[in-house]
Amino acid sequence: MTLLAVERIKLFSTRSPWWCVVVAVGLTVGFTALMSGFANEQGTVTVGFTQFSYQFGLMVLMVMAVLAVTTEYRFGTIRTTFQTAPNRAAVLTAKALLVAVLAGVVALAAAFLSFWVSDLLATNSDLSLSGADAWRNVAGTGLVAFLAAVLSVAVGILLRQSAAAVTVVLVWPLLVEGLVSLIPRIGQDIQSWMPFVAAHHFLFGGQPDSAEAAMMMGMSDVPYGPWAGIAYFGAISVGLFVVAVITASRRDA
Amino acid sequence: MIEVEHLTKRYGRTVAVDDLSFSVRPGRVTGFLGPNGAGKSTTMRMILGLDRPTSGTVRIDGKPYRELDRPLTRVGALLDAKWVHPNRSARAHLRWMARTNRLPNRRVDEVLETVGLSGVADRRAGGFSLGMSQRLGIAAALLGDPEILMFDEPVNGLDPEGILWIRQIMQRLASEGRTVLVSSHLLSEMAQTAEELVVIGRGKLIRQCGTAQFVDEASGATIRVRTPQVERLRGALHQEGIEVRDEVVDELPTLVVAGTSSERVGEIAAAQGVVLHELSVQRGSLEQAFLQLTNEAVEYHAHDGATTGNEGTDR
Repeated sequence: MTLLAVERIKLFSTRSPWWCVVVAVGLTVGFTALMSGFANEQGTVTVGFTQFSYQFGLMVLMVMAVLAVTTEYRFGTIRTTFQTAPNRAAVLTAKALLVAVLAGVVALAAAFLSFWVSDLLATNSDLSLSGADAWRNVAGTGLVAFLAAVLSVAVGILLRQSAAAVTVVLVWPLLVEGLVSLIPRIGQDIQSWMPFVAAHHFLFGGQPDSAEAAMMMGMSDVPYGPWAGIAYFGAISVGLFVVAVITASRRDA
Repeated sequence: MIEVEHLTKRYGRTVAVDDLSFSVRPGRVTGFLGPNGAGKSTTMRMILGLDRPTSGTVRIDGKPYRELDRPLTRVGALLDAKWVHPNRSARAHLRWMARTNRLPNRRVDEVLETVGLSGVADRRAGGFSLGMSQRLGIAAALLGDPEILMFDEPVNGLDPEGILWIRQIMQRLASEGRTVLVSSHLLSEMAQTAEELVVIGRGKLIRQCGTAQFVDEASGATIRVRTPQVERLRGALHQEGIEVRDEVVDELPTLVVAGTSSERVGEIAAAQGVVLHELSVQRGSLEQAFLQLTNEAVEYHAHDGATTGNEGTDR
């Protein structure tokens, strides 16, 4: 608990996390508002439609999570941190947990705001949060952001440099996972097992418009269910985090 | 009490610290002296458990640093004054540190007061001058009111006022019975503050002894004597079993006497009725002496072998 409180003080005594939160919510909700506003004519606004722009917020929150670690390496405060609390595994776990909870809460807020804004603007569509699929889609973004933040913290610990780590967490989900499907014959199968594809499937899989959603992301169909998708994504995030903590505990600070 | 035993740190093929053993005792300032690149900072990082030794151990009051509970209350350290987030205020920096070791916020205000930063506590640390950063670093070291304190090159780059302040605070801490280890590459600085010295070069221990003893030995005081009756005085000194060397100083024949006092030489000369034109004690400069001792141990030699004192170890 002490370490969580410490990480809270650290995170909120600089300005960049605040900006990240504002930008994450603003981008997600703003883009959804544009989409829903212009789609109102056709009356095609669905629950899934209100959540497509979750990726904007997610990327910003992942950058925030990366920076929470890499700035400590950049300014040498990681050494001060390990000096005040020599149990590195505990310190890094507290940091990951705090950043992940923040990312989760912010993403959740952005998701419900997006839904609410769409509901206001898309007067021709009949939007309602009914059924497990719809709830999973909206509330699930919190869980995805939580796990994505853990993954980002792990990448930050492993690479220690802001530029390198930010590049990885942006280029991987935005480019690598999409382009991998271009590999002939095996590309589609590999893509189904990409972590962010799995997370995306958790949010949009099983919905009436999931085929449309998949098409928008340039995605192939996946051979597992939504909950298996998030479990897989979580396993990769936590697995990478464990590797990062072991690495950090062994090497020189 | 800090005990360093057979500490070794290798980076690939480079050996930064080589089988180093020494101990630091309470109630005095111990100087950790060595040229740049001798392994002082690496050793200090290993003492704090930040870097992992290739082999060997460090114990703080009998325990490795990583096993200390609330380490700030046992060891305070200032290794690098720039290890602060530039956008965080001095107060926030100390607050999170205090919180890790369950120290009350009241301590933060106390140490800020001690180092004289109360007025700027809420300003971002990135805007601090080197002197202010150094004060903040010392405040952080004092936070847990620890028995052991370590400072790495604390006076580097400070103005005379800052240097004086650091010296005073270190001596005050030692007089309170604490263990103070402070590193420097300047013997003259150490001669001012430290009672005991741990001297290293190229990661190896050269000497651990009292500062006065080290300075005496290292500077090897000699006596220069000029006389028109060279032969007679040399004979007399030889009879007394005193070492004499002939030298030519300023084109004048001179005797250089070692291992005795100027009083003694004067008395011998008077007894023999020898006229003296000069009788003076020659003390080598501390820096020169230090260079001599660590000469083989300097990592980065200037390639020009003709000039001495050109090793670039100062400042």
